Amino acid sequence: MCGIAGVIHRDGTADIGAELTAMLQSMKHRGPDSTGYAVYGPADDLVVIRFVLAEPNKSTGIGMAERLERNRAEVESRLAKIGAEVATVTNDTGYAFRATIRYGGDLKALADYLEDVPGCEVLSLGNSLEIIKDLGDATTVSDQYHLGSFRGTHGIGHVRMATESEVDLASAHPYWAYPFADVAVVHNGQLTNYHQWRRRLEQHGHRFQSECDSEIIAVYLAEYMSRGLTLETAMKHSLDDLDGVFTYVCVTGNQLGVAKDEMAAKPLVLFESDPLVAVATEEVAIRSLVKREVVTRDPYEREVLVWQV
Amino acid sequence: MAGVGSRSGVSYDARGLVEPHADMPDNVEVDGGRARFDASDLTIRQINMALRKLIYDDGITDVTILNPASKHSLAVGILKRCRIHFEGSPGWFACGLIDGPEVTINGRVGWSVAENMMSGVVTIERSAGSLTGAAIRGGDLIVKGDVGARTGIDQKGGTIIVLGDVGINTGFMMQRGRQIICGNAGMNLGDSMYDGEIYVAGTVASLGVDCVPGAWTDADTELIERKFRIHGLGDPPEFQKFVCGKVLHNYDQLEPSERKLVIH
Repeated sequence: MCGIAGVIHRDGTADIGAELTAMLQSMKHRGPDSTGYAVYGPADDLVVIRFVLAEPNKSTGIGMAERLERNRAEVESRLAKIGAEVATVTNDTGYAFRATIRYGGDLKALADYLEDVPGCEVLSLGNSLEIIKDLGDATTVSDQYHLGSFRGTHGIGHVRMATESEVDLASAHPYWAYPFADVAVVHNGQLTNYHQWRRRLEQHGHRFQSECDSEIIAVYLAEYMSRGLTLETAMKHSLDDLDGVFTYVCVTGNQLGVAKDEMAAKPLVLFESDPLVAVATEEVAIRSLVKREVVTRDPYEREVLVWQV
Repeated sequence: MAGVGSRSGVSYDARGLVEPHADMPDNVEVDGGRARFDASDLTIRQINMALRKLIYDDGITDVTILNPASKHSLAVGILKRCRIHFEGSPGWFACGLIDGPEVTINGRVGWSVAENMMSGVVTIERSAGSLTGAAIRGGDLIVKGDVGARTGIDQKGGTIIVLGDVGINTGFMMQRGRQIICGNAGMNLGDSMYDGEIYVAGTVASLGVDCVPGAWTDADTELIERKFRIHGLGDPPEFQKFVCGKVLHNYDQLEPSERKLVIH
């Protein structure tokens, strides 16, 4: 059981960090083990990289601080070697970092080169996407990463109750659609043809950060969009190709889309107004964002909906 | 309170997922046999504590709850004749396991409203989520908007009326009772149903396994007109009737002793 949420503002930027935190915290009962965000700030010429150098529960111990510092220096060195001009590198924890760079080269090569550094995992890459995830509930993660002041146009979030894999960052959502910039997914459900699709996508050169079935969706959609399909068309294809029960939310640099499987087994409720669209697993999350009675609805089976910024 | 461990090693209670203690709210206004209170700043437990005290201890027969704000599991397990009005939208599992109350909700509800209701009336002015009236055994459940998937799954009695559309697997494994759907029905209507009647005024995306069109009788007309009249729903539209084809499950072929076990 997990909880997912998404917001998109069609009239400019808003405090989406605080909004998603309120929504996710209201669904803490659906998953207190880890919380993740994929938030979109104003698009920039700079490429934003969110990366970690260790799992939170393995980031302390004898010599760990020195090792993290050494690996961080190695990441910066590799950025320079690959031709990126580093603007900033900051960190909110000892293991999670945010870098902004000027870089016009191949993002896949960049991600692969950085992930060759011991312990390094690129959580997100893009001109506006930032994925932040850590252990604990939404308030804990938001406070840790100062998300209360994050302004942007749209974003998604996920609260996770660990049932089939570890309590760690690799298993936490959202998932970035490596190696495609600015695409991320959160998912509630189980995919039963995960291994089939993973093998297929690996044959196309993709790599996976985790053993989590949800990551397939992000890479699947990005793969199809890279072939020229729109997000909406790729999502409609996914209803036929992905087997299992699922509701997922996908975001790109300027879109937010939701899809429900043909059994409508996983919940999602939708609120739509001219300036704001909000989706969540439960109504209580919508009400934490919109403090009044509003008209909401549950999308039906095989329904795909996409909104633009 | 004993904690239930998780993979993170944090106990269930320590993660703040349950509310073991709560204070009785002090914002209840009582006027004769009627009472009302604002649930905006109350927890689920506080709301239910106040509701139960008013109905069971104080003899109040008419309670209005303002601003339920989509909180879950409100008014569950009320086993007494009374009136409960929600001014706003409760969340999931509202009015489950009730036996007797007459509930009106002027907002929408989340999943599993009136689950296992034994008797009474629940009227929802707007839409409802999936699993509406799951395993309902008696009473009337009226939704004036649309509902999600699996309406009346495992229904064992009572009447579910939906003025809007219903989603996939409506009436799945229904065993008795009636569903009156004024809008369109999604795929697999009445899949694997054992018995009961489903009336649909709109289109049906597809029938489920062993769900077949049924012969219309005067009793069907009388039932629908009576239900619409009682609940003030106006003139009913024309319906198609769907019943169990008796191929998958056929009670009529059971031995008397088996029928007693299954039907009663």
